[in-house]
Amino acid sequence: MASSESRGADALRIVGTPQTKIDAVSKVTGRTLFADDLKLPRMLFAKILRSPHPHARLTRIDVSKALEAPGVKAIITGADLPIPFGILPVSQDEHVLAPDQVRFVGDPVAAVAALTEDQALVATKLIEVDYELLDTIKSINDGLTKTTPLIHDYGDKDNIHKLINLEFGDVEEGFEEADHVREDVFFFEGNTHLPIEQHASLADWGADGKLTLWSSTQTPHYLHRAASKVLELSPAHLRVIACPNGGGFGGKSDPFSHEIAVCKLSMLTGRPVKISLTREEVFYCHRGRHPVLMSFKTGVDKNGRIKGMHLRTALDGGGYGSYGVASTYYTGALQTVTYEMERYKFQGARVFTNKVPCGPKRGHGTVQPRFGQEVQLDKIAVDLKLDPAEMRLQNLVKPDSTTANWLYVSTIGLGQCIEKVVDGSDWKTRYGKLPYGKGLGIACSSYLSGAGLPIYWNKMPHSGVQLKCDRGGGVTVFCGSTDIGQGSDSVLAYIVAEVLGLELVDIRVVTADTDLTPVDLGSYSSRVTLHTGNAAIEASEKIRDMIAQAVGDKLEVPAERIRLADRRAFDVEDPEVGVSFAEAIQITESSVGTVGSLGSYTPPRSPGRYRGAGVGPSAAYSYSAAIAEVDVDPETGFVSVPKIWIGHDIGRSLNPIAVMGQVEGGVYMGLGETLMEEMAYRENRNLMHRIPSMLDYKSPTTHEMSDVVTYLIEDPDPNGPFGAKEAGQGPLLPIMPAVANAVYDAVGVRVDEIPITPEKVLEAIRKKEQGKEGRYGPKEFPDVPWPEPAQVLPPWEGGDGRETDPPARKVK
Amino acid sequence: MAKLRVTLRVNGEEREALIEPQATLLEVLREDLELTGTKHGCELGECGACTVLIDGTPVISCLALGRACQEKDIRTVEGMADPEPHALQTAFAELGAAQCGYCTPGFLLTAEALLEEKSEPTRDDIKDALAGNLCRCTGYIKIYEAVELAAARMRGENAQPTQEAIYGQQ
Repeated sequence: MASSESRGADALRIVGTPQTKIDAVSKVTGRTLFADDLKLPRMLFAKILRSPHPHARLTRIDVSKALEAPGVKAIITGADLPIPFGILPVSQDEHVLAPDQVRFVGDPVAAVAALTEDQALVATKLIEVDYELLDTIKSINDGLTKTTPLIHDYGDKDNIHKLINLEFGDVEEGFEEADHVREDVFFFEGNTHLPIEQHASLADWGADGKLTLWSSTQTPHYLHRAASKVLELSPAHLRVIACPNGGGFGGKSDPFSHEIAVCKLSMLTGRPVKISLTREEVFYCHRGRHPVLMSFKTGVDKNGRIKGMHLRTALDGGGYGSYGVASTYYTGALQTVTYEMERYKFQGARVFTNKVPCGPKRGHGTVQPRFGQEVQLDKIAVDLKLDPAEMRLQNLVKPDSTTANWLYVSTIGLGQCIEKVVDGSDWKTRYGKLPYGKGLGIACSSYLSGAGLPIYWNKMPHSGVQLKCDRGGGVTVFCGSTDIGQGSDSVLAYIVAEVLGLELVDIRVVTADTDLTPVDLGSYSSRVTLHTGNAAIEASEKIRDMIAQAVGDKLEVPAERIRLADRRAFDVEDPEVGVSFAEAIQITESSVGTVGSLGSYTPPRSPGRYRGAGVGPSAAYSYSAAIAEVDVDPETGFVSVPKIWIGHDIGRSLNPIAVMGQVEGGVYMGLGETLMEEMAYRENRNLMHRIPSMLDYKSPTTHEMSDVVTYLIEDPDPNGPFGAKEAGQGPLLPIMPAVANAVYDAVGVRVDEIPITPEKVLEAIRKKEQGKEGRYGPKEFPDVPWPEPAQVLPPWEGGDGRETDPPARKVK
Repeated sequence: MAKLRVTLRVNGEEREALIEPQATLLEVLREDLELTGTKHGCELGECGACTVLIDGTPVISCLALGRACQEKDIRTVEGMADPEPHALQTAFAELGAAQCGYCTPGFLLTAEALLEEKSEPTRDDIKDALAGNLCRCTGYIKIYEAVELAAARMRGENAQPTQEAIYGQQ
């Protein structure tokens, strides 16, 4: 896969130059069909009845009256689909419809299919359900301490879903060696994706005994697995097609109840069945950012070099597992890939609560601790009287190195990112010197370019690409990847056109269809560009080589002299000698038969071998640095962010304009989380979601959005296609801590909690005025029944990536 | 309730439909007239995704009754390309101002109304005009740049995207 890199940047015609995405004109003219735009003859409409209670046992459910209602064709309840599912193999804890227990307000209980949506809605109200109310688990503290009632009958301890304890070297020894040790506690409130498209799905049970499901999903492959399991339908007889997603951000990555419910309703009625969720229901699907309470204890030398860090996290998981085990590991995974850290200890806990289940949102699990880590570093810089930008620059991880927790870092462009934003913002003359109320803050971050391991472990490729060349000179690319607006369909076209010397318009892209396309694991963990890109290069180079051989033979030119460019195959030493691409395909087809190829990609194996080492590895890490400028009104506590400078290490931009869009969009979403977005719950017994509407769930409009100055740092990574790394998630991460640090620079108070709302800023300012600590945030981290730590020695302490044998463990 | 026969003038075409009396304009457009280019994000008047033009003014179609929109000129995203894409559509495509593309029709029509009123809007004019439309992908910046680019071209200028918009600051 590296061979296309070695062709040299000067030979590139498409990669690196601005391109209009292949689906852009369709989108701006309203022709793109999203899931709810689909319509089939005799189609029925479905509605779901959801629990009004946060925690209850179902004692009776009677659908007889509802079945008599006008237009009703079928009703299903938990008894109809008894097989559990879930995105992770270790958390198969969901049912399409609750069989006996509901675990959050909004948990699905029954589904109706009727001739019209209104009829289906009326029928849901005629379903009689008796609930026996159970006490609720409302908070992280409840989850850690209450042993009854149990939300689930599995998990590491009572209502604790997952407990992790990993130690990479002796952190206590690190604290002893340190010149300065700080312990800080932070809280990051949950927030949600808020895609503008409400989830929709359409299922059609065909006359051939096969089922087709169209859905707004980011992960058709995992939906395919879950639905076939629950429906007891061979995966070979189920076809899942992911429609273009009207925004995902991680919110459409779980297999959802409504997706499988319409399948069952279609199988029962023999008619197509569609569902489109209301905005309120979208809030109940959620699976977004976990609320995380965290404690950082960090010891540094006088230059801010990290001798040891001990991170504890506690996640409020909501009612089901979802991606939660992965989310928990992710809260402790990426601390080590930005700054050198000699020893590292991570303890993480996820509890079940009777709230909407949390899962992955842009930056999955790494966003919350990145906030804590970067704010604490800022405090350390202040303590040590070091410039926070300079301190970070001095302690960067080196390229081609392995971290304490055994993550391999191939390239790191973070230094250039920092230098760019420092220069651009005039940091050196302005930081610490602006008038009261104005401030600058810096923070850095890193993210994966694709998870190193699939969700269910196996040795198969993570991404497959198939090419079919036709005699007219067109090429069709088949790939299971899903375009959620990030431009993954276009990435395939750029790469195939680049390698085969074609124009984008010559490439037809068929994606996200489990019947037609080779598996790609899905649009999550910022994996698509790197994984599908490498698979596309492999497939394209096979075609290129076949053409070179056949055309070379025909033209009596050695194959290695044949080049593909400008829709031609020609002799590089005498470009006049050549044929059109269409003729080249015909010549190749005459020589070897039908012209097609396959490419696949599996990321390199990570050196970590301990339990938990599967979360964190990536073929390449992207890096970002941001400086935020804030205005804080000390009278109201109101924070505005007029400008953000961000540098992003992209490796190489396949399409710079699309990368710019990802960076700016990441900054935007980070800013919303920083200042206003929160999944808050009513504190009464009902644990109702406080704000299930777009009016009350505040998100930035044009008036709240900052100006953004973006710097793209191009330092090609040997593992990336043409050197590319990710852009979709990383640039979000530094925004929250950069703003928090800027608030401190502006008014001298610390808000150690996200979102940073005016009330919190004001309270911190008042406390400071009263001579108390000018801070708003949690005071302590709760007691957690941690298991014995798994001890893994860092590479420089002679470790081999495995847990040390229990007898060799140090006894404290 | 008995259905109602209505005649709507959409994108210059007279369209008849038999609608529920309580049907919103959004529902009539999408479900009865199969104009699915108009999107819905909340059906409560909160997100702006379903914005269409009624007699040139941006209106949130989920809050308008279909029956009340007779005798008016309704313009949807499908009417903007005739058949060549409108300058705004071209600029949105060129600059990646449509990422997922779901909020895009609402933004395009709102921006078209702005440019009808002001041929040379300032950045603040654009922010004010688009403040009722939510976009979760772009951070609005590429949208501002696209509106500015389209406005310049509509004024007859031979405008191109700036180097900063494409490659960032050097």
